[in-house]
Amino acid sequence: MELGRRSMLGAFAVSTLGAAMPRMGRAQAANTIRIGVMNDQSGTYKDNTGPGSVACARQAIEEFGAQGFNVELIAADHQNKPDVGVNLARQWYDQGIDMILDIPTSSVGLAVQNVAKEKNKIAINVGSATSDLTGAQCSPSGLHWAYDTYQLARTTGGATVKAGGDTWFFITADYAFGHALERDTGDFVKAAGGRILGAVRTPFPGTTDFSSFLVQAQATRAKVIGFANAGSDTINCIKQAAEFGITRRGTKLAALLMFITDVHSIGLEQGQGLVCSETFYWDLNDRTRAFTRRVLPKMPNLYPNMIHAGCYSATLHYLKTVKDMGVAAAKAATGTDIVNRMKAMPTEDDAFGAGTIRQDGRKLHPAYLLEVKSPAESKAPWDYFKVLQTTPAGEAFRPLNQGNCALVRS
Amino acid sequence: MDEIFGIPAPLLFGQLLLGLINGAFYAMLSLGLAVIFGLLNIINFTHGAQFMMGAFAAWMLLAWAGLGYWWALVLAPIIVGFTGIILEKLFISRLYKLDHLYGLLLTLGLGLIIEGVFRNQFGSSGLPYRIPAELSGAWDLGFMYMPIYRGWVVVAALFFCISTWLIIEKTRLGAYLRAATERAELVQAFGINVPRMITLTYGAGVALAAVAGVLAAPIYSVNPQMGSNLIIVVFAVVVIGGMGSILGSIITGFGLGIVEGLTKVFYPEASATVIFVIMAIVLLARPAGLFGRA
Repeated sequence: MELGRRSMLGAFAVSTLGAAMPRMGRAQAANTIRIGVMNDQSGTYKDNTGPGSVACARQAIEEFGAQGFNVELIAADHQNKPDVGVNLARQWYDQGIDMILDIPTSSVGLAVQNVAKEKNKIAINVGSATSDLTGAQCSPSGLHWAYDTYQLARTTGGATVKAGGDTWFFITADYAFGHALERDTGDFVKAAGGRILGAVRTPFPGTTDFSSFLVQAQATRAKVIGFANAGSDTINCIKQAAEFGITRRGTKLAALLMFITDVHSIGLEQGQGLVCSETFYWDLNDRTRAFTRRVLPKMPNLYPNMIHAGCYSATLHYLKTVKDMGVAAAKAATGTDIVNRMKAMPTEDDAFGAGTIRQDGRKLHPAYLLEVKSPAESKAPWDYFKVLQTTPAGEAFRPLNQGNCALVRS
Repeated sequence: MDEIFGIPAPLLFGQLLLGLINGAFYAMLSLGLAVIFGLLNIINFTHGAQFMMGAFAAWMLLAWAGLGYWWALVLAPIIVGFTGIILEKLFISRLYKLDHLYGLLLTLGLGLIIEGVFRNQFGSSGLPYRIPAELSGAWDLGFMYMPIYRGWVVVAALFFCISTWLIIEKTRLGAYLRAATERAELVQAFGINVPRMITLTYGAGVALAAVAGVLAAPIYSVNPQMGSNLIIVVFAVVVIGGMGSILGSIITGFGLGIVEGLTKVFYPEASATVIFVIMAIVLLARPAGLFGRA
């Protein structure tokens, strides 16, 4: 049933797009940069990406202002399905979309990056987690902006072991993303002198009750329970861990991928004390607060997380590059050419501060180890995190020579 | 006796108990489905969405009206049951004379629409709902830490299940209902308003789903997808128990919860599929279900 409905919706999205595109005049095309935001507009990751990403990209376009060329933005739902994403990407590139942005869900992100590579067009991935985007499957016309599995594992896993959490048990979503996150985190734990006492693979999707797994984890007497899952799975794990008194008995919980939008849904009462990692938090400094204030009126009742902020930052840097090249040259250039220019220019924006893009397509910025505040500590709406530790840009991501990216060897 | 099949006994007892708790939800949801199917002949695929609406109603009552859990337990089923009555009057009542398939398609569609509207309005990551103060905390049972709220869920579910069964099997009203499913014209001829009785039955079935939703709100994330995650399993429970069998759905609900709990210890990867494997076996051996009449 699910399949039928979703593919029908996909076909609808694609057909309406097809109908809408030719009406844009040919004459203005040469002077217009077109950006397509492709993400989950209706499913599990809607709040983590979705309309928030579109709002932030729009904010970047607005702030960039009129610089002698027009910028158009369109958005569509890939429904977290690689086939829908690939079809949409082909259609968009053929119809003159210059850059595709966001592309969450690792399987879709990798598939769309491959289409972009084949057509030599730009794909800037903000929402996916897999570090393969800049590793074995890296692309000369692709960039990976906000975060990745290696950085999450390093920041959250490494720091937790240092803080004394040296025995781990994993509750892992039973698919590629969960396995990768468990493996990467396990490596850091072992490297830091910790031990893995066990792991349980939970069916994905379709698990709502995690209490059995939590009780199994507790029975091993591990000091840390690591959640290698995302979205509602993580939320349910945390709520149920609080219910079963697991944190009260001194066991630490490590949410390996959690966004501020998830914390909002868990609530501080049950979420307090949790440790997680993001590369952006709205209350970090004056610049992040100023950015958040500007974009909030456009946001769908959410504060921006690192994916949303990443869409802002990536759009801004892309437009600066286009201006630098001249719009006519940028329209004529291949994706690889533009991406090379983007890599050569340092990045600068309110959300992430100063940054750079590495040869393999990895955008570099600091990563923050965050702890969820208690209800008493939280003074304002969305005042959810305190920053425990900052990993500098140079150390937060996988070393360039360890990713097996072909662009690095050449 | 410290270990049973290589699993430490305390862990096994813990899992049996947890399975029973999950079974409570299966039992309550499949009971509502069984009531609706038994009397209306409609396979109510909107049930998952109505379960979700129950949880959301609890959240709205708290956030917008300041009414806590106990009020929600009374008001949410009434509100959601009433929306069910409207649905029945407007749409479902037109399908009684048609094939089951039409009812299935209509209710599935309605369920998807309701879910979509909630997702649009409230986002996908869910809303927080706290365990009521009276039921927070936990008992230390020695072999595990047992949250008081989960114990309450089992008690409440048993109460609602047994009451429903008693009403249908032992009261005059239940007798009318059962009679109307066999020979509606005859019951109508005795001066009983059958269409109204059927409408109210649908409302009651929906209200049962809403009660389960309120019970689930403090445990699971209150999000628009919460029903669609459960509903497919619950349908399998109904099929195994026997379509329309009230007692069957209650017993199978609790029983399958326990089976699923044990699978989570012995082979976690299969815990989402074990119920469907059982369903396939039951359908091969007893196509009418364990408690159904062939």
